[in-house]
Amino acid sequence: MSAKLKNKGVVPSITVPDGGKWATTARNAAAELLTETGLPHRRDEYWKYTDPTTLTAPEATPAAIFKSDDPLPFSGVDAVKIVFVDGIYDPSQSDALELAGVEIETLADAAQKDIHWAGSVFGVLEGRGQSPVSRPLASYNTAMAEQGFVIRATGKAAKPVSFIYLHESETSDAVIHHTIKLDEGADLTVLENGPAAARINAVMEVEVADNAAFHHVRAQGRDHERRTATHIFARLGAESSFKSFTLTVNGVLTRNDAIIEFTGDNAHATVAGACAGDGAFHHDDTVFITHDAVNCESRQVFKKVLRNGAVGVFQGKILVQPDAQKTDGYQISQGLMLDENSTFQAKPELEIYADDVACSHGSTVGAIDETALFYLTSRGIPHKEAQDMLTLAFLGEAIDEVEDDALADDLRSLLQGWMARRHG
Amino acid sequence: MAALDDVQVKEGVDQETVEAVQSVGGKYKYGFETDIEIEYAPKGLNEDIVRLISEKNNEPEWMLEWRLSAYRRWLQMEEPDWAMVDYPEIDFQDQYYYARPKSMAEKPKSLDEVDPKLLETYAKLGIPLKEQALLAGVEAPEGDRRVAVDAVFDSVSVGTTFKDELAKAGVIFCSISEAIQDHPELVKKYLGSVVPQSDNYYATLNSAVFSDGSFVYIPEGTKCPMELSTYFRINAENTGQFERTLIIADKGAYVSYLEGCTAPQRDIAQLHAAVVELVLLEDAEIKYSTVQNWFPGDEEGKGGIYNFVTKRADCRGDRSKVMWTQVETGSAVTWKYPSCILRGDDSQGEFYSIAIANNMQQADTGTKMIHLGKNTKSRIVSKGISAGKAQNTYRGLVSMHPKAQNGRNYTQCDSLLIGDKCGAHTVPYIEVKNNSARVEHEATTSKVDDEQLFYCRQRGMDEEEAVALVVNGFCKDVLQALPMEFAMEAQALVAISLEGSVG
Repeated sequence: MSAKLKNKGVVPSITVPDGGKWATTARNAAAELLTETGLPHRRDEYWKYTDPTTLTAPEATPAAIFKSDDPLPFSGVDAVKIVFVDGIYDPSQSDALELAGVEIETLADAAQKDIHWAGSVFGVLEGRGQSPVSRPLASYNTAMAEQGFVIRATGKAAKPVSFIYLHESETSDAVIHHTIKLDEGADLTVLENGPAAARINAVMEVEVADNAAFHHVRAQGRDHERRTATHIFARLGAESSFKSFTLTVNGVLTRNDAIIEFTGDNAHATVAGACAGDGAFHHDDTVFITHDAVNCESRQVFKKVLRNGAVGVFQGKILVQPDAQKTDGYQISQGLMLDENSTFQAKPELEIYADDVACSHGSTVGAIDETALFYLTSRGIPHKEAQDMLTLAFLGEAIDEVEDDALADDLRSLLQGWMARRHG
Repeated sequence: MAALDDVQVKEGVDQETVEAVQSVGGKYKYGFETDIEIEYAPKGLNEDIVRLISEKNNEPEWMLEWRLSAYRRWLQMEEPDWAMVDYPEIDFQDQYYYARPKSMAEKPKSLDEVDPKLLETYAKLGIPLKEQALLAGVEAPEGDRRVAVDAVFDSVSVGTTFKDELAKAGVIFCSISEAIQDHPELVKKYLGSVVPQSDNYYATLNSAVFSDGSFVYIPEGTKCPMELSTYFRINAENTGQFERTLIIADKGAYVSYLEGCTAPQRDIAQLHAAVVELVLLEDAEIKYSTVQNWFPGDEEGKGGIYNFVTKRADCRGDRSKVMWTQVETGSAVTWKYPSCILRGDDSQGEFYSIAIANNMQQADTGTKMIHLGKNTKSRIVSKGISAGKAQNTYRGLVSMHPKAQNGRNYTQCDSLLIGDKCGAHTVPYIEVKNNSARVEHEATTSKVDDEQLFYCRQRGMDEEEAVALVVNGFCKDVLQALPMEFAMEAQALVAISLEGSVG
């Protein structure tokens, strides 16, 4: 008897939205799978360190709106802005859906058609990512989502697409599904920021064809009480490149899943994240990278700074299939605990079936390096400032994974803001 | 080992490594069977069998009750399925739970009375049970080290050597069945106190049906005058071996304990579910070394031992220290996580493991370091080597509890794959709830103690050599301490370089 059946979770009632043939097929398949697996619960191996109860409850736990006069992240970036309010697309606040080299369409519009290119991606990559580990929240999303975009990059995009998720209702419960396809040689950057809702379940599927490059930079909103579950499913063709970075400050619960699959040779993927948590903060990064092609490189870099009872979780896995020779897999997860009350839990896994590979992983947890601190204070830098410098340097190593300097600077200033508020 | 001969060895893996693995994974040398009359309990498992085992060992009522409560608990439990091993479902009713050589019906009073065929078996395995000769120094070559042995054959202990000399030092070393009768107060106090009856499926099964095993008590302030060892041999067909080992090191005591295991070559898989409990009081130290060489099954994966073992040390006293060393070369399926509960302040746990899986073998092994006390330290060095179509998994837990102030852990696990049909996996769990604790998990070879590496590099060694020296330097001490013949094979493994490691 499989563990899955033994520990089966609650099956929610699902009414698949009306739509055309391709969307209905995918939604029904996801709903059927969810009926088999049920929703996740604490006894699932992949939810060992994160309690999914509030993510799976029928109603979202109300979350206070966070008010700030600070400009939104990436607001200085020239991009096609697409605004969601409490998980609903708001055309009045958004730019026109026009971008050279890119087709942008709402999921709702695309789903009405019987035939659409999105049929080869929507629910397909998510479906592939359901094995060997089931991801019921993603099944739920595919079956239920009416909000989201289908985006196809046919060439090099002139500027990024920027999703802005505003949170205005204390009880909002959002389900958003983006479907993205990069044709051969295409190049696209997608930015995301904002809390979205009291609770959000977001899925992004990204098909990266041969020689294409996808960049993703995300800043998860600062609302203290928001609850977030995201999944990114990506499939990479030959010589392609995929880079995703997430910065998280605040949020009572965040679970970010990234499921990456290499199907073409000589491709590269980076999944990185930095988070700073203070008090009621639970942050979980769960990554599953499957190498099923030759000479591909994957990097996972995750840094977490925790204090006042914050909890940081990292579950990362590199799976190297039998013929994925010359794989280079790297994985580092580090926790920096600023006081005695915080928790860091990590499960950095390797599963390797090919012999000519170089895979390594490292995981460290500890307090701030006293020697480094002493070095700085002995040179006249006040203790708090020295601590901030070391904390920023620690998180900076993850931000270094962001290729675009302007975006990286934006992220650094967000972190500096966090530091300043900490002392305020 | 045909599987290895055909393998295209990748550049970077040196020939010495391949040969060392071949010599270990080669023809199983201990696959012979002793032709001896065996008395079985009826096949299958029920309360009557539990009663029968208890009766055969002349156990007091409280022991029978203990077994029965474990059995009833076991009936409610489910077999765990989280390990990365795959084997046909075990029919627990198609096994014998008790097998004893007929000649052992009356317990021999001394080794002289033991059936010569049994003594021959151990002699063939390289285990000397003749202490007289050694004592007199007649046959013992100069410098030969003395080791007291408890030999367990199927379900019973055949004999224990050097008992009298050990008794002079106050050390109790006997089979657990004897201990239940002669030292009930110690057994009652400590049995099940480290691995509770309901700990896990196999430990609970063991609690119900364990037939024999070793018992050691080292009194306060005593350094055990010689190394102790238990040699487990499965001989009978379709028989599960369920031994139980309990070692208590009182305040300031020290003992080094060695364990070896072999079984005949058979087509049908056999079950082995042991429990080992170590109790360490203040300032006590136990070194526990295992060379596990159960029959691994043939090249097609037929037969072999299913080795489901629960081993745990409880460092109850401050400044106590435990060291697990294991060389795992045998068994068709291994499921084993020797663990340390670091309860006492300043206590230390160490785990050194070399696990080699070849042909169709599957090993899921590692350790748990539970840091509860202040200033507790632990160190894990694990090397997994896979060849043929084998799967080798390191699974470990390092847990720093909120009160484990200044806890330290360093973990290093390296894997080596020889051939492209095998697998090497790493599943570490790291749980830290204390910011003064420092936990490092490294799987890259370059991250061995940098100072030691630097020292070696400075003296002209290349990095590869330096790493091998530093890591193997660790294992070597312990490997050399193993008295059994196949320690030689284990030592051959030290030659294995870290080239091609994948973490």
